[in-house]
Amino acid sequence: MVERGYDGFTTPETHSKWSLRASATGELVFNNVKVPKTNLFPDVRGLKGPLSCLNSARYGISWGAIGAALDCYDTALRYSKERIQFGKPIGSFQLQQKKLAEMITEITKAQLLTWRLGVLKNENRATPAQISMAKRNNVNMALQIAREARQILGAMGITGDYSIMRHMMNLESVITYEGTHDVHLLITGMDVTGISAFS
Amino acid sequence: MYVDKFQFHDYYLVDELLTEEHKLIRETVRNWVKKDVSPIIEDYAQKSEFPHQIIKGLGEVGAFGPYIPTEYGGSGLDQISYGIIMMELERGDSGVRSTASVQSSLVMYPIYTWGTEEQKKKYLPKLATGEMMGCFGLTEPNHGSDPSGMISHIKDAGDHVILNGSKMWISNAPFADIAVVWAKDERERFGEWWLKEDMMDLQLLKLIANGR
Repeated sequence: MVERGYDGFTTPETHSKWSLRASATGELVFNNVKVPKTNLFPDVRGLKGPLSCLNSARYGISWGAIGAALDCYDTALRYSKERIQFGKPIGSFQLQQKKLAEMITEITKAQLLTWRLGVLKNENRATPAQISMAKRNNVNMALQIAREARQILGAMGITGDYSIMRHMMNLESVITYEGTHDVHLLITGMDVTGISAFS
Repeated sequence: MYVDKFQFHDYYLVDELLTEEHKLIRETVRNWVKKDVSPIIEDYAQKSEFPHQIIKGLGEVGAFGPYIPTEYGGSGLDQISYGIIMMELERGDSGVRSTASVQSSLVMYPIYTWGTEEQKKKYLPKLATGEMMGCFGLTEPNHGSDPSGMISHIKDAGDHVILNGSKMWISNAPFADIAVVWAKDERERFGEWWLKEDMMDLQLLKLIANGR
């Protein structure tokens, strides 16, 4: 644990992000920082420590992504019933119904996936590979829903009057951090084949 | 003023699989997000600014370390409760959820799991309320998906160690009071066992799942 104020420790902020703009991101720079030995974790060796932390965070993200997806779906559903074009709500058109029907289908699948994963996690039986599958599936699901929802809102979807574009840009980070979309796929690949594709 | 009209959707009645406590937690966090996050978050995103005023509320709704035992300031809740809290926060904004994810799983969880009793007592209660905020340093400028190549390292110097290196893409870094930093010691830096023991092989992943 490195505390703010230790000599040689600075945290410059990362600017010009188009994603997670309401969250602060930065660097940690250590230049000959004296850290008391009482601040070290006594028994963690290798990557076991950080990977177990990421496991816990990724599990939470698999739930979090459903929240972003639900918000986009809810906004698009309401808009499709209120917005009139060609004399009818746009929600009466087949192409818009297809988008909405596919959204709620994917959200429902993700809800069931995370509930089951939560039960396994409570019993301390959820494997990192199962968590990778849920993180990857749900974040991608949310990002696709944000993009489709943005289309239902037309030009209004790009404005700050609605949350959709903010969710969409945020999810571009979420699909990359805590294990990228690609690496999580390789973890599933390794789990089912027993062969690592990245070593 | 912006009104958050969100309504929940539960097509397969998954709610029936949850406890009353789960639903109560969801309601509490959702109401807080509607009141304290939704009305301001777009403005902060447009300004590219973190809304520091929400930290206290995040602590009050139990978003910091929900599954950490109450004796260390957590809420002692189960993993589904943690998931529900993350879902409701991200319904508001992924950045707000990120702040809570980092504090809970990347700062409080390792201190609770790997820390000494003194470290737990010193940090966890303050992290649970948000009085103290943390961040997690693993990713480096040249080591992202492959963290085993990290160059940050410590050198033994008696009652302390000397830390050198840098970390990148760290959520909460600009305002965090403490950073949980992963760095190699001299043995890990120069010894071969690091590579042999710690590639992300299946055995290790299974060990992690069962070993906490």
